[in-house]
Amino acid sequence: MSGVMEWERNAVADEQRGNFSGNASGAHVVREGELDLSHNVILYLDDITVSFDGFRALNGLSLAIDAGELRCIIGPNGAGKTTMMDVITGKTRPDSGKAFFGQTIDLTRLTEPQIAHAGIGRKFQKPTVFEQHSAFENLELAMKADKRVRRTLFAQLFDDDRDRIAEVLVQIGLAHEADRPAGLLSHGQKQWLEIGMLLMQEPKLLLLDEPVAGMTDDETARTAELFVSLAGKHSLVVVEHDMAFVEALGGKVTVLCEGSVLAEGELAEVQDDPRVIEVYLGR
Amino acid sequence: MRTPLTLRILRSTPRAGWIALAIFAAVAWICVPVAHAVLPEGHALHLSAYIVSLLGKILCYMVVAVAMDLIWGYAGILSLGHGLFFALGGYAFGMYLMRQIGRDGSYGADLPDFMVFLDWKELPWYWAGSDSFLWSLFLVVAAPGLVAFVFGWFAFRSRIKGVYFSIITQALTYAAMLLFFRNETGFGGNNGFTDFKRILGYAITSPGMRATLFALSAALLVATLVIGRYLVASRFGRVLAAIRDAESRVMFIGYNPLHYKLFVWTLSAVLCGLAGALYVPQVGIINPSEMSPATSIEIAVWVAVGGRGTLVGAVLGAGIVNLAKSWFTVSFPEYWPFFLGFLFIAVTLYLPDGVVGLWRRLGARRAVVPAAVEGVKPATGPCGEPAPAQSEFEPIAKGAQA
Ligand SMILES: Nc1ncnc2c1ncn2[C@@H]1O[C@H](COP(=O)(O)OP(=O)(O)OP(=O)(O)O)[C@@H](O)[C@H]1O
Ligand SMILES: [Mg+2]
Repeated sequence: MSGVMEWERNAVADEQRGNFSGNASGAHVVREGELDLSHNVILYLDDITVSFDGFRALNGLSLAIDAGELRCIIGPNGAGKTTMMDVITGKTRPDSGKAFFGQTIDLTRLTEPQIAHAGIGRKFQKPTVFEQHSAFENLELAMKADKRVRRTLFAQLFDDDRDRIAEVLVQIGLAHEADRPAGLLSHGQKQWLEIGMLLMQEPKLLLLDEPVAGMTDDETARTAELFVSLAGKHSLVVVEHDMAFVEALGGKVTVLCEGSVLAEGELAEVQDDPRVIEVYLGR
Repeated sequence: MRTPLTLRILRSTPRAGWIALAIFAAVAWICVPVAHAVLPEGHALHLSAYIVSLLGKILCYMVVAVAMDLIWGYAGILSLGHGLFFALGGYAFGMYLMRQIGRDGSYGADLPDFMVFLDWKELPWYWAGSDSFLWSLFLVVAAPGLVAFVFGWFAFRSRIKGVYFSIITQALTYAAMLLFFRNETGFGGNNGFTDFKRILGYAITSPGMRATLFALSAALLVATLVIGRYLVASRFGRVLAAIRDAESRVMFIGYNPLHYKLFVWTLSAVLCGLAGALYVPQVGIINPSEMSPATSIEIAVWVAVGGRGTLVGAVLGAGIVNLAKSWFTVSFPEYWPFFLGFLFIAVTLYLPDGVVGLWRRLGARRAVVPAAVEGVKPATGPCGEPAPAQSEFEPIAKGAQA
């Protein structure tokens, strides 16, 4: 217990000192718990296997995401996409294999909140926002801060914080809905709000599980624009079934099937791959 | 650029709330004490001892109701064992009151009467220091606080929630009641503590003491409300409500719900303990019936009647139900349990937001008409400033640079 707290404190303190090394040039000293992007890889999964009662949801899955990359993951239902995100965020422990965040952070040894503090944000397949709170308050709660009781009791919103929240509200198209209870927002707006909460956490890596499910075509197009604009500064892993959306994102595509990578490359390439066609058109 | 704490406390309550609180304080600290202790008994405005202690007792109940609302209304944790914390505070101060009897008990002994009756020769170790006023004040806070902290730690860490948690709190208070019923426990068995004589050497039945206890109860209520308002208006309060509505999501954005629940749970228990300590000298008795499961359920009914998650509703609920109770128990004592049951069902079915909810609904109905005439208000941003009037979306590129 106290170990966890200790770690969180260090992570927060490090970040406040701007110590997350990023692509720091010059001599680089790797310290425990720091995100080290020296090889330009932010996420590295190697030979991950997860079984549920003998059923292999992930079967020797290997995947590498570059810093700043926007990667789409597609695959039929039950391919293991959500399970992969569970492994990355510490919700599920792999039976074997390695999962690293940057060069040094071993994700299989951290708890969920530690991973969140290290800089991985996740949007779940089913959107969950705080329905009684306004959109503004939802973002306030998600905002990167010291989240221990003692601090939260006396926390206050400074002008910078307000500006940041207002900025994200504009980014997610909810500037006019700031004071409405989140429970009254449309399904698509809730999806956006959850994405906004993710942005407020200022993660290095965003995992987005079916972010445009339930959105209109127009909303979907705008979401694609938003994600494309985020890539570079952030790294994104997007799971989607909507091919038009995947096409609009324009990044590299990984096809998962039965718990491992079936194909990887540009969307057009992947779509021409006979094995992928077989998986999608049935056997 | 930090706003001073006092200013933030001031801002946490709307102006009308402060005015109401000020009026209440003026009445409780000046009018009632004067009417009871200064005006002579025959005077038309004189308040009798009966009335003053009845009102003082209800003030203590109001504190308990607000403490209950903090955890039930805001954190979504329904405790059906809050009577235990109230009783622990009461017993802690009761020990001091028993020692203040001195040799004026019916046996004229140094030990409290019930110990003489049990043929005990000396005080049990846990009565050590009970003749000290300050030590007993410490116990009033520490006993319920510690029990709540330890119980809460295990319950919240095991992620016990909802109805399971409520049932366990019932079992907890029930077990404590059985324990306190036993003579060997050393708290007077089923008779509990009574026949109090003095506090700090002053007679407990004197008008001055009664007025003082009343004023202190009112002060505790004011303090509880101010602390409660600050908490629920702070980010801490928003985290609590978020835990109530989607706990796993709260964990995922980096808060540890265990610590949040434990803090508000323990605070709530301590407030109940303080209320119990003021209650005992005013009613003149404390016994294990305060720990009965039904007593704790009644506390939840007060809050439900007044309206959960509003604090002021808890105050109103405790007032309404207890005034009704004192009237019933004088006029038709046998019907009170039926009325209480009926009240609970009626409120659950027809007034889910209690009296405060009814008030708001009526207020909203009145407000609808003018709003329709005025037309749509211009949208405002999060801080009340007008929202940018252009398209809902800014060119996305701006977000990218930020
Ligand atoms: N906790 C669990 N216990 C048992 N089986 C599970 C569990 N979680 C996932 N599975 C199984 O693992 C497989 C992969 O599930 P997963 O949710 O990762 O698929 P997915 O690719 O996200 O599918 P979808 O597109 O439907 O969301 C499925 O067959 C699922 O039934
Ligand atoms: Mg899935």
